[in-house]
Amino acid sequence: MAAKYTVSAKRTSAKVGKKTRRATPKTKNVPVAKTYKLYINGKFPRTESGRYFKLEHKGKVVANVCQASRKDFREAVVAARAAQKGWASASAFLKGQILYRIAEMLEGRHQQFVDELQAQGVLKAPAEAEVDQAIDCLVHYAGWADKYQQIFSAVNPVASSHFNFSVPEPTGVVSLLAPQRSGLLGLVANIAPAIVGGNTVVVLASQRLPLCAISFAEVLHSSDVPGGVVNILTGATDELAGQFASHMDVNAVIYCGTSKQTITEIEEQAANNVKRVITRAGKYAHGPYTIKDTLEIKTTWHPVGA
Amino acid sequence: MTSKKQGKESRKLDFSTGWDYAPAPQSSADITLAKRYKHFINGKFVAPANGKYFSTINPATARPLAKVAAGNARDIDKAVKAARAAYRNVWSKMAPAERGKYLFRVARIIQERSREFAVIESLDGGKPIRESRDVDIPLVAAHFFYNAGWADKLNYAFPTRSVKPVGVAGQIIPWNFPLLMAAWKIAPALACGNTVVLKPAETTPLTAMKLAEVMQDADLPPGVVNIVTGAGDTGAALVQHPDVDKIAFTGSTQVGKQIQRQLAGTGKRYSLELGGKAANIVFADAAIDQAVEGIVNGIFFNQGHVCCAGSRLLVQESVAEEVIRKLKDRMETLIVGDPLDKNTDIGAINSKEQLERINAYLKIGAEEGVQVYQSSCAVPDTGFWCRPTLFTGVAQSNRVVQEEIFGPVLAVQTFRTVNEAIAKSNNTPYGLSGGVWTDKGAKIFKVTRDIRAGVIWANTFNKFDPTSPFGGYKESGIGREGGLHGLEPYVTLN
Repeated sequence: MAAKYTVSAKRTSAKVGKKTRRATPKTKNVPVAKTYKLYINGKFPRTESGRYFKLEHKGKVVANVCQASRKDFREAVVAARAAQKGWASASAFLKGQILYRIAEMLEGRHQQFVDELQAQGVLKAPAEAEVDQAIDCLVHYAGWADKYQQIFSAVNPVASSHFNFSVPEPTGVVSLLAPQRSGLLGLVANIAPAIVGGNTVVVLASQRLPLCAISFAEVLHSSDVPGGVVNILTGATDELAGQFASHMDVNAVIYCGTSKQTITEIEEQAANNVKRVITRAGKYAHGPYTIKDTLEIKTTWHPVGA
Repeated sequence: MTSKKQGKESRKLDFSTGWDYAPAPQSSADITLAKRYKHFINGKFVAPANGKYFSTINPATARPLAKVAAGNARDIDKAVKAARAAYRNVWSKMAPAERGKYLFRVARIIQERSREFAVIESLDGGKPIRESRDVDIPLVAAHFFYNAGWADKLNYAFPTRSVKPVGVAGQIIPWNFPLLMAAWKIAPALACGNTVVLKPAETTPLTAMKLAEVMQDADLPPGVVNIVTGAGDTGAALVQHPDVDKIAFTGSTQVGKQIQRQLAGTGKRYSLELGGKAANIVFADAAIDQAVEGIVNGIFFNQGHVCCAGSRLLVQESVAEEVIRKLKDRMETLIVGDPLDKNTDIGAINSKEQLERINAYLKIGAEEGVQVYQSSCAVPDTGFWCRPTLFTGVAQSNRVVQEEIFGPVLAVQTFRTVNEAIAKSNNTPYGLSGGVWTDKGAKIFKVTRDIRAGVIWANTFNKFDPTSPFGGYKESGIGREGGLHGLEPYVTLN
């Protein structure tokens, strides 16, 4: 039942939370390890399937990670759909404030994320850089919340006597297969542009590096992000990729990776409901064009006259 | 009460008292059509590889107009090779402003020959000459003219990015706006530096072949535009050709999904403009007479062969009776008949196949227990015709409410509140267009914001312009055509 997933890395690292332990004089303090669960509709349930996979490092179990099922995914889509309209209609100013708040919360937990990355085998310096970049990424997109609309809008000079304008709107519910190699930055760099555009997302975290995703859910949870706007699952990418692409109430699927087989499967399944397919590999391009990947352009006409 | 009702009745015009319009036919005497048309490949007219031709008919008479080449994979291959060579050696290397000048030239030639194009469009497709003359062909010229000007300005459209063409674009277009769809596809593709292989619809290939003549007359370098005629298998060969970089398709959602599936894993780009089932929402506070005109224009324009047609009418309960009565009165005045007659409002259904599809839905509607109303106008004996039709007493779940019929057939529903109208409007897998009729500004902006569709007409319907982006949400497609946003499907940004 438990799939094994071994993290290979050279450096031994402390179990998460070790640095906050206080030594008492007589008895050894036993660290309280965190249970990593899913994040659906603003709550932290275990997978309904009861499945888990062991995340090991240097022969020790770091965590028993939930192996989310198709049903968990469907529950998450229901939550994302229910939250979408409300999130889309939140003011641009408020979205910007909330994204900035996420950055603040992440900054406050900086050390925790560095520890967590290290516990999954990432070296200290790159782990620190990754957390810094993730915070910067959130600040960057917080600033875009009330600006990308002006970049992508247009008043169109039609020949007839009409006022005609085009504005960006969210594509809707976005499913996201997060990058495998970057447990935090890769996750944040794909979630932030989707939600700043008014979409809600269902994310499958990196299978190799899943821990930061669930801790990031805690950050989101304390940042006034409404429940259901971001839903985060952990599990097996190969098992769930087809579901992420085929679900009829998902409007766009983002795949971060290079597996040709997975891309083909996703693109085939996406055709069920003409989903937008976005594939991303390598570096994380920040900016309004990344936001635009999950935007639709709406054009409105109205006669001019008396 | 009774007197009031009588008062209304007495204001109704009687159209059965000999107020017939005299025929006002547009002459087709100056139109020359060849007996048969070959493919247009590499600047020349080339016989099809298998030597086969098929007839294209006039749907108003069911008589053949000309024969056109039946393209197969070998023809497609030849055309793609020509497009690739032209892309590599000529078009991508040309100074952008010069590319633009060719497109300006094309626009001007189309303006010069506009009446000829309008007549052929009406002959081959069955649409009223008033529409082909006043809407289709002027917009064709305008699309070339608009995009021509973008050719040397693309860097301003995508700030901070480097803009490159995609390469060879395969373009598959439908039969409802044959030349206009060709212009929507070819003009932005060429402006952005791509070369194209175009596959027109099998029932309406003639204006595309006339467009090929325009490309020759404009001295467009050979291979920049290639046109291969044929049916669905010709289009499939284009989709599957390994050296095509991008597919642009306008047509049904069903075929769009097939194309998306076929392109999976190929790395080819695609833009899709698919079906629709738009709701036209009429509030009690609308200018009712104008709204009725808008409803008519929304569903009976181009025989309802319009992907963005307002094929669902949502009318507020308190005015439903009045709106439906006025709508029926107005429908009674619509003239169905000879597409070349300038008085004609509704021309011929594009093909026998499409007429059968529409008739099948009339039957489905009756079986579903909805009320079917048709105007009492006469229709010609030969050719393919459908009287303007209303479905009333429909439920949201009825097939005639959920499925695209693509004919002059309107399903009428009622609602009480704004939110109910929005919910019903969005209760569809489609999201191409929508309409709203009200005199309240705040309500307009609420409704136009909340309808999940790419084009919303408020107090108007079925308006088009080359500067105005067009395209769908959800299953109505991916990407935009027209305007600045319509350049995106034809550029690679780095």
